[in-house]
Amino acid sequence: MIKLVNVKKEFKGVTVLQNVNCTFENGKTYAIIGSSGAGKSTLLRCINYLEKPTEGEVWHDDIEMMSHQNRLHEIREKCGMVFQNFNLFAHMRALDNVMFALKKVKKLGDDEAKKIATQRLSDVGLAHRLQNYPHQLSGGEKQRVAIARALAMEPKVMLFDEPTSALDPEMTQEVLKVMKGLNHTGMTIIIVTHEINFAKEVADEIIYMDKSEILEITDTKTFFTSPKSTRAKEFLANMI
Amino acid sequence: MNINYGPILPFMEYLLKGTYVTLQIAAMAAIGGSTLGLFFGLSSRRRDPIGFLVRAVVDFFRGTPLVFQLMFFHLGLPQITGWVPTIMTSAGIVFSLNSACYLSEILRAGIESIDKGQSEAAIALGVKKMDITFSIIIPQAIRNVLPAIMNEFITLVKETSVVSMIGAADLMRRQSIISGTTFRYFEPLLVVGAVYYILNKVLSSLGKVIERKLRYD
Repeated sequence: MIKLVNVKKEFKGVTVLQNVNCTFENGKTYAIIGSSGAGKSTLLRCINYLEKPTEGEVWHDDIEMMSHQNRLHEIREKCGMVFQNFNLFAHMRALDNVMFALKKVKKLGDDEAKKIATQRLSDVGLAHRLQNYPHQLSGGEKQRVAIARALAMEPKVMLFDEPTSALDPEMTQEVLKVMKGLNHTGMTIIIVTHEINFAKEVADEIIYMDKSEILEITDTKTFFTSPKSTRAKEFLANMI
Repeated sequence: MNINYGPILPFMEYLLKGTYVTLQIAAMAAIGGSTLGLFFGLSSRRRDPIGFLVRAVVDFFRGTPLVFQLMFFHLGLPQITGWVPTIMTSAGIVFSLNSACYLSEILRAGIESIDKGQSEAAIALGVKKMDITFSIIIPQAIRNVLPAIMNEFITLVKETSVVSMIGAADLMRRQSIISGTTFRYFEPLLVVGAVYYILNKVLSSLGKVIERKLRYD
């Protein structure tokens, strides 16, 4: 279980996140939605401490991250993350991208790392792309390599930061298909997305953000049928 | 035309042996300079005493001429410290520090050219900082700035000629000794020029080979 308590984040005096209190239960899927600049990505990045909150607590089960900075590596290892811009290691082939952390973090041998990496890349439909460099892959393929790279570490939590925002509609579908396959397989999944229909389809709960705050945390059905805040109503009205 | 290699032929072996001295200094500086340059490049952005010291050293070596640095270290400092280094020691230290300062700036440019998203992805996977630096950032940074690094090495080989100012018997020094003895300048200078040119030709070909090896497309 992940819990954020009174999280606040400032960049050079500008508040980008405040009064954030939320709980992510194990095995559930959460979608964080809201307009651009609402603080969605920052919230997600606070979860694995890619951004260090200015104030507040981030709990992973019974470990509070601020007071356990020496255990950051361990916690991050259990949180897979997928980025908008893929962030593949440009000088490594797809296979090596996935093997890298297995060798450096999990300290696996070459053979074992290769076996796992090959399996994970096959799972996302890229068995034929093992030896390609990132620049030889399409956007959708790159993002699937990134997903395989995160999954290879066997995380308990997957964080998706606008995974399809840089992709065309066709590639978006191939990535969403892979993500759907992960839904309710035991992992906690937290997705920041602009794909409202996708959120509606996969998420158990919706976290609606506006102007650096969380306005609503409700189950998906309630959110789409009767949102509480006026701002969320407007947001949904603009979607259709 | 007044060209006659006769008078300088007996000195040819002596002249060409200067190549060895030139190469020795260049090699010391290349190895010392790369190692130190990597350290400087990685630590010049630090906001602690180490970062401050590195920035000060880089600033000094880029702000003064190489001839001055060499003479100051070899002739000036011994007056204060009492330690008189050999010519080769002075040359090795000054050239290493000098090229380290230029290489560090080149490497820093290379490091900054790598999108920080890759580091973030590695951090998110739980990879340690050391592994990120040496397995992800440095290999890509070096590849991006390899032409500039080779340029620095070529400059280095040519710049070693100023060691004649502190009395090292390198190519240039030997040429001037021979010219002083035989009163012939054109012929020995031509030989010296050819040697420098060939050395750098070899070096730049080597650079092209490495560049091709490091390509990943």
